[in-house]
Formats: sequence, C-alpha cells, structure tokens
Amino acid sequence: MKSRILLLLLCVAFPIAACEREERNTRPDPTLGSGGQGVPVTTLAPGGERPAISDTKASEFEGNAYHLSEGKRLFDWFNCSGCHANGGGGMGPALMDDKWIYGGSIESIHATIRDGRPNGMPSFRDRIPDDQIWELAAFVRSLSGNAPKSAAPSRNDNMMAHPSENRLPNATTLGKSP
Amino acid sequence: MRPPTGRIAGAVLLAFILSGCSGVQSALDPKGPAAVELARLIWFFTVLCAIVWVLVMGTIAAILLRRRQRRSDPLRIDQPEERMVSRVVISAVGATAFVLVALTLLSFFANRTLAGIGENAGLTIRVTGHQWWWEVRYENAEPSRILTTANEIHIPAGEAVRFVLQSDDVIHSFWVPALHGKLDLIPGMVNTLTLRADKPGIYRGQCAEFCGAQHAHMATLVIAEPRAEFDAWYAEQLKPAAEPSSDEQRAGHDAFLNGPCVMCHRIQGTPAGAVTGPDLTHIGGRQTLAAGTLKMTRGNLAAWIADPQGIKPGSKMPVMDLDGDELNAIVAYLESLK
Repeated sequence: MKSRILLLLLCVAFPIAACEREERNTRPDPTLGSGGQGVPVTTLAPGGERPAISDTKASEFEGNAYHLSEGKRLFDWFNCSGCHANGGGGMGPALMDDKWIYGGSIESIHATIRDGRPNGMPSFRDRIPDDQIWELAAFVRSLSGNAPKSAAPSRNDNMMAHPSENRLPNATTLGKSP
Repeated sequence: MRPPTGRIAGAVLLAFILSGCSGVQSALDPKGPAAVELARLIWFFTVLCAIVWVLVMGTIAAILLRRRQRRSDPLRIDQPEERMVSRVVISAVGATAFVLVALTLLSFFANRTLAGIGENAGLTIRVTGHQWWWEVRYENAEPSRILTTANEIHIPAGEAVRFVLQSDDVIHSFWVPALHGKLDLIPGMVNTLTLRADKPGIYRGQCAEFCGAQHAHMATLVIAEPRAEFDAWYAEQLKPAAEPSSDEQRAGHDAFLNGPCVMCHRIQGTPAGAVTGPDLTHIGGRQTLAAGTLKMTRGNLAAWIADPQGIKPGSKMPVMDLDGDELNAIVAYLESLK
C-alpha cells in the first residue's frame, strides 16, 4: 500500500517538475546605456581584458535561451552584419573565431558595444537599452561556441551563413582531447 | 409557466449574442462583394446542414422510440418490407450525394466570384506581418510615390484593391471579416488577395493565425473613403514629418533623435531612418496605437512609451529610461506628427 502511494506521488511529482519554465524578463530595470557596470580608467590590461568587474547580469544573461534569441534578432535588426558579416568578419573583426582583441568575456563584449572601440566600433551608449546590450553580448559569445548548447539559438528561418549557434563546437573543449 | 425574469434574461442574452453579428468586425455583416459572397455561403451551409441534422436526428429518434413488432418467425424474409428498406437507403444515399455535389458547386462558384474581383485592381498594397504589427506599403511605379505606414490601411471605397501579403518572422493571417476571408502571411512566400469595400467606413481586421504572445493585440483598421478623400490622405502621407512648432515639441524632436528610438523607428524628413519598427512619420494622425491595442490619445501614447511591456508583454518595444520631461516632450512631438 505504502509503495503504491509512493509511486503515485512520484507520478505526480515528475510531471509537476516539468512545469517550471525559463524566466523571461521582458520588463527589466530600465537602465540605459550606462548600466551598473563600472567604467575602467585604464586601457592597459593583460590580453586586452579590462580589469575584472563582474556584473550580476552577466550570469543572468549568458545561459538564458530567451536573451540569446533576442540577441540574435537584435544583431540582425541593428545591422551588426554591416561590418561583422554574420560573425565572419569584414570591415570589422570576425566574431566566430577564438581571437578577442578586447576580451572575450561577456562583460568585455558588453563594454565594447556600449563604449565602442578604436578604429571603427561605434559606441551605442544611450542608443541601445542596457539589457539589449547584454543580450547582444551573450549572442556574440554564442557565435564562437561559448554558450550552452541547450540555450543557444537554433537554425535560422532564412539563409544560413554558418551552422546554427547550438550546433557550433563547444569553445572550451574544442581542439582538446578529453 | 416560467417566471418572467427568466424570459427577460433569455431575451437579453439573445440580444447580446445577436449584437455580435454586426459592427466593425463581423463576417455576418458584409460590406464588400467578397464578404457578401462568403456570408451567403455561411448562411446557406449552416441552414442546410441544420435541416439535414434535424432530419437525421428525427429519423433516428422515431426509429428508437417505435414499438417493436413481435414476429412469429424472425428468420422469415418479408419481401415488401425488404424492398421498402432498400428504397429508403438508396434514396438517402442519393440525397446525400446530391447535397454534397450542390454544396461543392456553390463553393466553386463563390470562389470564382472572389477571383473575379481582382481583374482590374488599380492599387497594390504590400502588407508585411511582424510580431506584432502590420507594415503597410503602397506600391507605385514612381519611387517617390511609394508610401510606407503601419497598422492603418486607407483604401478608396468602391474600387478593387490588391493586397500582397508577406511575413517577416512567423506565419500571420490577414483577416478583415467585413471585407474578405482570411489569407495567411507566410515567411518566404507571397500571397495575394483582392478586395473591395462598397461603402466608406472603418472595418477592423485581426491577425487570425496564432503568432506568439501578443497575437490578440495585432489588429488593423481598414478605412475606406471616397476617392477624393483617399487622394488627399495619400498626398498628405507622402509629405515628410511636420517640423516641431513649439519648444516642447522641439525638445521632443531632439530627445527622439538622440535617444534609442532611432534604432528601430523612422520619421521621414529627420535622420531617423530605421525600418525594424513601425514608421512614425504621421503617427499622430492614426486612430490607434500599438496595432489596435490602444486608442490614440496623448495619455495612451505616454503610457505606451513609458511601459510598453506592461501593456503588451513580450512586444519588441523595450522599456527605456526616460525622465518625465523627456517623456512629455517626446509625446508632444509624436502627437504633432499628423
């Protein structure tokens, strides 16, 4: 009798466990451009990485499927491909390789979009709301296999310039034997 | 006898239900040849199928309720009765076939009428579905006379208009019940639909294919007006946006151009030229806001800009950080763009 009740409880618990959906925060703290992240006072840093200032948003956005797909949409809408050509690079540097001139962490990419970089990358401060910059930064990381497969955007509806982001090899294990 | 309150309640309920059959968005209140044809089909199919249903149910009930005759020998075949049974079955099958063929022919001829409307359409309007609004582009051989607007479609009354339907993201469906049936907007494919509004009037349309969180808030207004009024409207829409005329409007103009609005919206005559959001060149002259979600008033415009995600959660318009003065100024400027 007891085991039957236990079985019944398990049967209920399993479907209920599936009820939790990923949070979609469409109404973020309305901060524009500046965000909560500090601005570095020096450009002198090893490997071009800015002094490590972590932001709570970094972890919130990095593995979130909704934010990644919104980032993909914004990448298209704001014409990032005009210079970065779907991540392959053109007038601007390629985004799908493992080379980062100004750092490959999400904070660095956020700062690159927000504040701009020498030789062409414009600043989008006050143009793109801060949360959208985080979404773009998270998507840019997924272009080089730096996003969890379970969250990265899947295939395009139109022409595919490269394999979809969730099919790219994982950057952390690429080229290494286990 | 039933108490009179019950009867009154019944009558009120019936009145409520029937009131849904007319108005700006009803297929049963047709205002164009295509919709008239479709409404005729709806009524004919419904009435005929109701009659058939009543006949079938009545026959079954009669058979079930009939007293069974006791037969001395159940295995004996009664020739006259057998003949009658086969006659009934054959005539029922014949009647069914006749009804089906008749309905097929009716729908064929109705389709032929619908196809015939488009033979001499003078105006072509390209409607692109976006999550969750309609982009409306009036095609013209002369590039300077191509007009782009959003969510509100003006057409000349009494003239056939060709709609070229396409989608930018997911499948939507264009449905203005008083003027025509539904037709899908499919990514990577172009559908065309031709309709005519017989009389001037405002006909509401609605996306009729589930397209995401805000599918219900994706409406459009088709405004049919006499040719002269339509031409005047068209000429007015082709002009660039009005210059700001007061200090507040000027402040709004500057705040708009220096803020994040320009990443998605266009106001012709200013440097704002993005095409991912609705064109705002003449937004003050439209009747609704956010694809039919709100009436166009100054208060609603301010509410929409201040908190679009509270009004239409999931919409692609982000929440922005504007202080009260900036918000008021932007609203004053946009409202002046008649």
